Amino acid sequence: MPETVQAPTLTRAWTAAEPILSVRGLKKWFPVSSGVLQRTTAHVHAVDGVDLDIMKGETLGLVGESGCGKSTLGRTVIRLLDPTAGTIRFKGEDIARKHGGALRSLRREMTMIFQDPYASLDPRQTVGDIVGEPLDIHGLARGRAREDRIRELLNVVGLNPGFIKRYPHEFSGGQRQRIGIARALAVEPSFIVCDEPISALDVSIQAQIINLLERLQSKFNLTYLFIAHDLSVVKHISNRVAVMYLGKVMEVAPGSELYRRPRHPYTGSLLSAIPIPDPLIERGRERVILQGDVASPVNPPSGCRFRTRCPRAQPHCAEEEPPLEAFGTEHQAACFYPLD
Amino acid sequence: MPGPLLGVHDLKTQFFTPEGVVKAVDGVSFELNAGETLGIVGESGSGKSVTAMSIMRLISPPGRIVEGRVLYDGRDLAKLSESEMQGIRGESIAMIFQDPMTSLNPVFKVGWQVGEPLMLHRGESKAKAFASAVSVLAKVGIPSPGDRARDYPHHFSGGMRQRAMIAMGLTTTPKVLIADEPTTALDVTIQAQILELLRTVNREFGTATILITHNLGVVAGMCERVMVMYAGKVVESGPTEDVFAHPTHPYTWSLLRSIPRLDAERHEPLKPIEGLPPDLIDLPSGCAFHPRCPFAIEKCSRDVPPLNRVGDSQLAACWVTQSGTELPHA
Repeated sequence: MPETVQAPTLTRAWTAAEPILSVRGLKKWFPVSSGVLQRTTAHVHAVDGVDLDIMKGETLGLVGESGCGKSTLGRTVIRLLDPTAGTIRFKGEDIARKHGGALRSLRREMTMIFQDPYASLDPRQTVGDIVGEPLDIHGLARGRAREDRIRELLNVVGLNPGFIKRYPHEFSGGQRQRIGIARALAVEPSFIVCDEPISALDVSIQAQIINLLERLQSKFNLTYLFIAHDLSVVKHISNRVAVMYLGKVMEVAPGSELYRRPRHPYTGSLLSAIPIPDPLIERGRERVILQGDVASPVNPPSGCRFRTRCPRAQPHCAEEEPPLEAFGTEHQAACFYPLD
Repeated sequence: MPGPLLGVHDLKTQFFTPEGVVKAVDGVSFELNAGETLGIVGESGSGKSVTAMSIMRLISPPGRIVEGRVLYDGRDLAKLSESEMQGIRGESIAMIFQDPMTSLNPVFKVGWQVGEPLMLHRGESKAKAFASAVSVLAKVGIPSPGDRARDYPHHFSGGMRQRAMIAMGLTTTPKVLIADEPTTALDVTIQAQILELLRTVNREFGTATILITHNLGVVAGMCERVMVMYAGKVVESGPTEDVFAHPTHPYTWSLLRSIPRLDAERHEPLKPIEGLPPDLIDLPSGCAFHPRCPFAIEKCSRDVPPLNRVGDSQLAACWVTQSGTELPHA
């Protein structure tokens, strides 16, 4: 009798010494249709064979240029998108094929904070209803307890609990992002995908939200996958940083090590392209300015995907795809001719 | 010594909305010398774009330039008729915008659009203008420009479109190029390409450049002088190195401390600017930054500080630093 409504049983007990999230060979392709019959003629290889581990309580930063697949990867690992291939082990259990009730209970463990605080909040819902909706869906609180919980959540993200009856348009961008964060926290998740959470905000507001996310992480022991194109922000908030290019992870390393000693030529040129707010440093910097644009994810280059723009590419790079190899304990890069 | 190329004096541009009067630009003055690169930094709503649009006379109702002069080549642009202004716009002063997708016309070939200023201002024939367009497209680094000039904007990537926009601005070799957030919509590796191109243009054509951006890193690498705006006013200006090394306005000081730096050695919590950007319809009394300012004194909430010299090379609109107080080292 008791086994009917129990939480999904784990195949094997997961311990916090193992990655909370472990992704292997993950692919997410989107069909491209064309012609009168709208037949599928090709696929966008948005995520094309990614291996990643994230430890409990860690922030893994994910950087890359637009179209590299970082947002798709973030959405796929929490099953907002169905993977095309590969495994996603969350707390030891493969969640890649979960559906129905099992998927719904997963939504209490993994949530998301979105980029655009203007588009991600329903303008006709009050703040209370926006933050309370996850509580209703999962039947977590009702009536007085529900309202108390919403007020508590608003307080936690630094909003006046008295705002509960107000509408999103009455708030600034930074305040709206706080509402989105409160909504993501409502179900008491252990894993949050933050998808460009500050890039739509004013510069003077960005630091407020970064500090809030850091405070919440230590308070609730959260694990973050932090997606952004701004490597300065990602390096600041992350324990480790993964660099993506055309659907593949090119390099993973602790942020400061990645900055001091990038091994992949793509990481090197990405770092040198980022302006540092100091005129004296900027003047003396040597830049590796990449030529051309990112290749098409519909038809990615053979071998290493970066070779078409890589200043170090050799004929061999077109023939074989370099695997992610270890460069020290926490540092991996996928390159046959790495930087020193 | 010849005077400045462009002089803006006490410019005020306001938008008359049903909710009230928005003082988008509220008494801005600055000068731009020939061949110089000037950065205008500020957040959304600080008035940096409206300042540029006012210089170009591109403000449309409910907005209006209510006061001030924009002196260029002995003439006040603010007083010119629309047809006189058309002779300046694109000929002597060109502007490029943030979003190259919406500022290129999707139904015309890129080559015609890039060559259009030559037909308008120089009366060149279509064929000649097209040929010039091809050579300018080559200069801004468009590969096989002869073929690409026959493409439509949607065939171009974001970075290529921004190159085409810059090419359009350069066909008439203007004296002033105003670039309004030219790289904000682009990826960093493409941003680096475009900034390099703007540097080359400034060096080789001697085009004075006004670069409007919210990105302090871009200013640090690009501009000789910087002007910081907040709530429609210039709060600080000076040589870029001096402003970054020892800011003399608390807003600049706070902004520089609040942004994460790629080259930071240790992980320390960021020091955010507390509070919210001001409501431009209902500005705080006195200095608009005083409610968020960690150094504010009583006078700051009462009187608006003028922009005055602080130190050897900088101007700041701040009662605290004008009285001789130095802001602590970050």
